Amino acid sequence: MKGYPLEVSHLTVAYQKKPVLRSVSFQIPEGKLIGVLGPNGAGKSTLLKAVLGLIPALDGEVRIYDRPYREQRKIIGYVPQRESVDWDFPTNALDVVMMGRYGHLGWFRRPGTKERQIAMECLAKVGMADFAGRQISQLSGGQQQRVFLARALAQNAQLYFMDEPFSGVDATTEKAIINLLHELKEQGKTVLVVHHDLSTVKEYFDHVLLLNGELVAAGPTEETFTPANLHSTYGGRIAMLADFATVPSGTV
Amino acid sequence: MTDFWIILTGTLVAATCGILGCFLVLRKMAMVGDAISHSVLPGIAIAFLISSSRDSMLMLFGAAVLGLITVFLIQLLQNSGLQSDASIGIVFTALFAIGVIIISRNAAHIDLDLDCVLFGEIAYVQWDTWVWNGYDMGPVAVWMLGGTLLIVLAAIGLFYKQFKLCAFDPALAAAVGIPVALFHYMLMGLVSLSTVASFESVGAILVVGMLIIPAATAYLLTDRLSMMIVYSVLIGAISATGGYYAAKWLDASIAGAMVTVAGILFVLAFILSPSHGLVARLGKRRRMNSAAA
Amino acid sequence: MLADLIRWFTDPNMQWILAGSLLLGLGSGVIGSFTFLRKQSLLGDALAHAALPGICIAFMLSGVKSVGLFMLGAIIAGMLATFGISAITRYSRIKQDAALGIVLSVFFGIGIVLLTKIQHSGNGNQSGLDKYMFGQAASMMLSDVYMMGAVSVLLIVVCALLFKEFKLVSFDPGFARGMGLKVAFLEQLLLLMTVIAVVVGIQAVGVVLVAALLITPAVAARYWTDALGLMVVLAGVFGALSGVTGTLISSTLSNLPTGPVTVLAATALFFVSAVFAPNRGLLAKWLRHLRSRSEVQKYAGRAVVHQSQTVERGTE
Repeated sequence: MKGYPLEVSHLTVAYQKKPVLRSVSFQIPEGKLIGVLGPNGAGKSTLLKAVLGLIPALDGEVRIYDRPYREQRKIIGYVPQRESVDWDFPTNALDVVMMGRYGHLGWFRRPGTKERQIAMECLAKVGMADFAGRQISQLSGGQQQRVFLARALAQNAQLYFMDEPFSGVDATTEKAIINLLHELKEQGKTVLVVHHDLSTVKEYFDHVLLLNGELVAAGPTEETFTPANLHSTYGGRIAMLADFATVPSGTV
Repeated sequence: MTDFWIILTGTLVAATCGILGCFLVLRKMAMVGDAISHSVLPGIAIAFLISSSRDSMLMLFGAAVLGLITVFLIQLLQNSGLQSDASIGIVFTALFAIGVIIISRNAAHIDLDLDCVLFGEIAYVQWDTWVWNGYDMGPVAVWMLGGTLLIVLAAIGLFYKQFKLCAFDPALAAAVGIPVALFHYMLMGLVSLSTVASFESVGAILVVGMLIIPAATAYLLTDRLSMMIVYSVLIGAISATGGYYAAKWLDASIAGAMVTVAGILFVLAFILSPSHGLVARLGKRRRMNSAAA
Repeated sequence: MLADLIRWFTDPNMQWILAGSLLLGLGSGVIGSFTFLRKQSLLGDALAHAALPGICIAFMLSGVKSVGLFMLGAIIAGMLATFGISAITRYSRIKQDAALGIVLSVFFGIGIVLLTKIQHSGNGNQSGLDKYMFGQAASMMLSDVYMMGAVSVLLIVVCALLFKEFKLVSFDPGFARGMGLKVAFLEQLLLLMTVIAVVVGIQAVGVVLVAALLITPAVAARYWTDALGLMVVLAGVFGALSGVTGTLISSTLSNLPTGPVTVLAATALFFVSAVFAPNRGLLAKWLRHLRSRSEVQKYAGRAVVHQSQTVERGTE
């Protein structure tokens, strides 16, 4: 496939009253793990949702592998925030993962043994094979997050968007997510992750996007995740956290 | 005189409901008001059966009890983990069904027209007068509604700040030692009381309309609770008066016309409100677009 | 009484009416499962009230009492009402519950104005319009029953065909949209189907109570299972049972309108489910609670024994 996995130009988004994203433009390279960083209310999730067409943009263009988003839906995987759904919904873990295959099934066709098999494999990859038949409200927060990841895997996409997959999860889940991210990367897939724990950025991501209503900086982590850039993203509040950027990467 | 009594009755309903409606709308409990207005029916029917007359006090009591039972049952289902709107739906339909069955099984003893339950007969208000010591004191409905309004005014006036805090932030209210549950049931009790007082004259649906529409309209016009209550009552009164003349002109249901006028006022506020109206919002967005471009 | 019942079952008219109310209950139970899971339980109530002006306008324009035309009017009014509700919540700060209440009462108010206008105009043909308030399945015309059954079957078939899409849209619309599913279309379709179920249901149980036909069987079914497929089937069965019970009781006992009896049958099913369902039922929950408490007490007791032993050892 030619072109950048994701190319955003002049994207502007506003909620009822105030603008949330102002003229954001960037491209991301293929086969990398990219962290989207910024303070609360910086528009990180908004960026993801606008790119996915879940909320309307006032202005700007989003291209995926040099084509409009609409034509590329099948190669996109999405992991929404865990709070976005009702976990009391009558369904089990395996069923949720199978939902990832619906896009490939098309209208009217029902999921069959093949889909079930794929879903089981994806569950196994996130270490959740034993919980396939478990009602989703009976899972812990981390397990729910892993089910969502397995569902995204089942989509078998080229480009993944994940909205704060690390928030509020246990250590096992965090490790499972990291392993998964690296596996996806090895397969040449591109993953965009909204993230807010600055202490792990250098460890997890090849590239970062620093966002604060506008795009502050974008590029390889080494060059971009600098105290100066962090200061202009987070303002003075983050003086202490700026230390993360100065820690030599070897020690992490 | 007919005009006067009907408009007065409508305005009293509007004022009583308008005050309480503000709290319902702010607490996102508008549909609980709808539920109560329907589920008081068995209370009224049973009061009828017991007294075999239109004894107003007994009916008020029966309905108030049913109103509280409704709220209690809804709360019970919610606490067991059911969504609030599903709980409301199950409870009020079941109670209303019981009411209809009691009435239709005892049609001979209960002089209560079921259509009347839904749309009321405000036009007959003036014929049912209260005679005291041989003096004609005016329509019973006006006395009942006036009394209810006084009770509502007294309760809200005395405990304004408690009701306000409970509506805004029940957790904080509980933390500062306000008995939130008590005020919750008090509010619901007042809603049942006004439902019943308004019931015969204007019917269940107008009660719902008068509870929700003027309060929601006022909510679009101001950001202060005290002003919201004042606006709500005013809008209700205008709807009652306007509705009466509209109904006279159209030769149609007065209660229905009053709600329709309230609806028109709501649409006007929805579009034109200077602070929260559609036009103001679109203007704001356009300015922002041009700023962004 | 028994003779009544036998005569009743052998009467072909009545057989049709029974079949009609069975299908109606089945269809609304199925649709209701999705409305419940999409947290729109009270939408049915608003739609039922909103149908009244549509029915009246259809009558005023045509001058005849035709169920087909009434349904058309009611569906148009219902779609307008859903449009109104979403416009109010989207473009103002008024929340869902108040928006429902406003649309419900304003539409019904307009409906009553029109209804009284029709009645006052002295049109002799208007009798029957007020049947829509409380419903009367037993007095339905055979053609109405055919229509009711056909529409219900259609609803069930669409739900079966699009089950996987409806499930995803109800569970996680954001993900569904990201995947390229036509979420807006599917949501509109579900709404339209809800409107149709409500409009058909009004004839049998009336305006005020039709909401229960959607909500109560679905909620009752939810207690028994954690699988959506089974829940939808169960809701349909519960709905069908209520419909049949309501029609049977109300036509054999005089003076009982169908709507309230049907609704109470559904409520009874709900009550049984809420109390006795394994796992999610109140009784099961209570037993679980009791068991875990006695276990905790056992451990606590052991801990105390343990402690006293160490204390004794300490004093040695």
